[in-house]
Amino acid sequence: MTEQSPAIELKGISKAFGPVQANKDISIRVMPGTIHGIIGENGAGKSTLMSILYGFYKADSGEIFINGKKTEIPDSQAAISAGIGMVFQHFKLVENFTVLENVILGVEDGFLLKPSLNKARKELRQLAEEYELNVDPDAVIENIGVGMQQRVEILKALYRRADILILDEPTGVLTPSEADQLFRILGRLREEGKTIILITHKLREIMDITDTVSVMRRGEMTATVKTAETNPSHLAELMVGRKVLLQVDKAPAQPGEIILDVKNLNVTDEQGVHRVKDVSFNIRAGEILGIAGVAGNGQSELLEVLGGYCVATGDIFMNGEPIDLTGDKSDGQSRRERGIAHVPEDRHREGLILNFSAWENTAFGYHKDGKYQKNGVLMDNAAIVQDTAEKMERFDVRPPNPMLAAKNFSGGNQQKIVVAREIERNPDLLLIGQPTRGVDIGAIEFIHKQIIALRDQGKAILLVSVELDEIMSLSDRIAVMFDGKIMGERLPDETNTQELGLLMAGVQGETA
Amino acid sequence: MDLLAFFDIAVLDGTVRLATPLLLACLAGLFSERAGIFDIGLEGKMLISAFLAAAVSFTSGSVWIGMFAGIFASVLLSLLHGLASITFRGNQLISGVAINFFASGITVVAAQSWFGQGGRTPSLSGDARFESIQFPGALTRIRDINKADLPMKVYSELLSGHTIIVYMCILIVPLVWWILYRTRFGLRLRAVGENPGAVDTAGISVVRMRYMAVIICGVLCGMAGAYLSTGLQAGFVREMTAGRGYIALAALIFAKWKPWSALGATLLFGYLQALAIRPDILERAIGIRVQTQVLDALPYILTVIVLAGFVGKAIPPKAGGEPYVKER
Repeated sequence: MTEQSPAIELKGISKAFGPVQANKDISIRVMPGTIHGIIGENGAGKSTLMSILYGFYKADSGEIFINGKKTEIPDSQAAISAGIGMVFQHFKLVENFTVLENVILGVEDGFLLKPSLNKARKELRQLAEEYELNVDPDAVIENIGVGMQQRVEILKALYRRADILILDEPTGVLTPSEADQLFRILGRLREEGKTIILITHKLREIMDITDTVSVMRRGEMTATVKTAETNPSHLAELMVGRKVLLQVDKAPAQPGEIILDVKNLNVTDEQGVHRVKDVSFNIRAGEILGIAGVAGNGQSELLEVLGGYCVATGDIFMNGEPIDLTGDKSDGQSRRERGIAHVPEDRHREGLILNFSAWENTAFGYHKDGKYQKNGVLMDNAAIVQDTAEKMERFDVRPPNPMLAAKNFSGGNQQKIVVAREIERNPDLLLIGQPTRGVDIGAIEFIHKQIIALRDQGKAILLVSVELDEIMSLSDRIAVMFDGKIMGERLPDETNTQELGLLMAGVQGETA
Repeated sequence: MDLLAFFDIAVLDGTVRLATPLLLACLAGLFSERAGIFDIGLEGKMLISAFLAAAVSFTSGSVWIGMFAGIFASVLLSLLHGLASITFRGNQLISGVAINFFASGITVVAAQSWFGQGGRTPSLSGDARFESIQFPGALTRIRDINKADLPMKVYSELLSGHTIIVYMCILIVPLVWWILYRTRFGLRLRAVGENPGAVDTAGISVVRMRYMAVIICGVLCGMAGAYLSTGLQAGFVREMTAGRGYIALAALIFAKWKPWSALGATLLFGYLQALAIRPDILERAIGIRVQTQVLDALPYILTVIVLAGFVGKAIPPKAGGEPYVKER
């Protein structure tokens, strides 16, 4: 039996950043013409491993074999010559360049651009036919959608004659239909004999498309299995190191009276773009309303209006009383006084001040609270630290040190700090945006449980998420936003991802 | 009122002379900032080059040797800026300000210790200075020019009678445009100022590209400075750049980092400077006597207006001012 040599073989790769061992003695074999998944929580070392393969870092020890040949990869240039192409999570495209210019950057044929551009144009047409990768070569990157931008990244790799394609969390920014299209393209590439490594934390993608899968946990490769011989809950257990509940356990909702009533809300931003168009909805006590939609369709603005830092027109009633949309009483402070708590979508930009410690972050927005005050003027720091320590304990924040700067916690623990701050105030209404973005599976499970628990206490919850799975499993009702409008409301038991996906893309489907 | 006076040939002639150093400095800044390195030190580099060009021209008797000395000094300061902001990832503004302070002090001290004339160099003449080039048949005496008809005036005063640097400048704008938009080097330069990550992953060295950009910036600044002391004037005096480096930066923003617009912007600023020298012409044009101090301030006032963002929105290169650190 002649054995084909693997497209990629890593032997004993280790890499440490200071005291942190990002990769520990990792070995892996990927056969040509297959799709290999690498799955693991945030910080498990997936990206580090791929960065070593792409020449961004040098491994402390270990060997790399490409097509059976030992290969040194000191920089990206070497990786490209070895036939490795990488599609990063955050695209490496020059935004004000055209597609063509981005494709040839770094592999121009000579001093003058013209011949290279012409050659690339011809080749792009061929690649488009071969792999269904249709892109307008003269479009400027900042004017095309993320799905298209991702195709440009793939084209860039193929134009550089890549036989091995690494994709890092490729579906994070895509709609379900765009993701399906990406998977079709990856399937074509596999048929043509390309080798693909797919890095993701989404179990469903692994199950859908990969041939083999490796699981990483805390810098180590815990298992490599054939996809056909495993199942999601087994993989999740390997990732986290304990049994994980993938399905959210929740009793049917017991909706009470209307807490939040939004009528004809309109938002126009500073550039004069109409972001939210005549949106009306309500949320009852003990109910979770999920707002689904692709990022940038008005959900963020909706949250900002309710949270008190975006101007709007229309009417909003909280417990039957109108709340101010303009003037002194329309800020975040006033909203909090009315019983609205807010976990913002972007914890780095809005939820936390990363250089401040956990206890300081816990006081934000509630610093005027009586129990955080001393003599009516000074803040009682000791009391805040004490309170923060208790919150960290209850929310299992690790490390449970209130003095540590927010930036030194992992994404999941940062999010727990924000969620703890808001939920523990016992609000009537919780606004929560992207609760589990960049959060590991263990923390997702925890945060979901907290949200459900709050609902079961009879609170109203507005959940905004781009993760359709999250919307489906948490919401009692689902509204879909597209282009600033609510396209329709569905009940989670009476709809499916296909129907919601169509609504998210602006297609007004027939009711299922 | 005589609005035609705004187009007085003498003022336009002055515009060309005064716009030249601004244009060179502006294009210098363009290369640097397009590559993502903000350069507030244009002023200091011009100043040190103006001094060294004058000093070496005087000593050697050759203006060309002088200019190369000036360019050399300017490039050295550029490399210092590069070392601070590219290699050591320091703050580009602070490094630039430091260069300006350094140049402001060292030029006067060195001039005093070499020539003992109170911080200036001796007057330059003959081969130690860029002489005006007279076109064939052009009138040279002011009296003759004033009597001539319009085409002859334009030919003799506006077109003829500039130094070689001014004529080189006419070619430099299309050349810069061509390099920026039609060559591999230009593509990579623009890319490194917008998204160094894209350049790095494409297998090109970000550090190398940025150093090349600051060296070109140094060369152009050096030319601008040398022109000030050996072409526009005949010798170095302290602080002779008089804020031209900052005006060039304002012109760069005004021009939205584009070469042809840079030409327009620097001509406008040059025109204002030329008008400030001739208050009589402005008085003829608008019929009111304007204080010369106000005129002198005009280019700076316009600069403030431009920098305050009143003239459209200028979007700088996205990665400008940010040291590049590979992400994890």
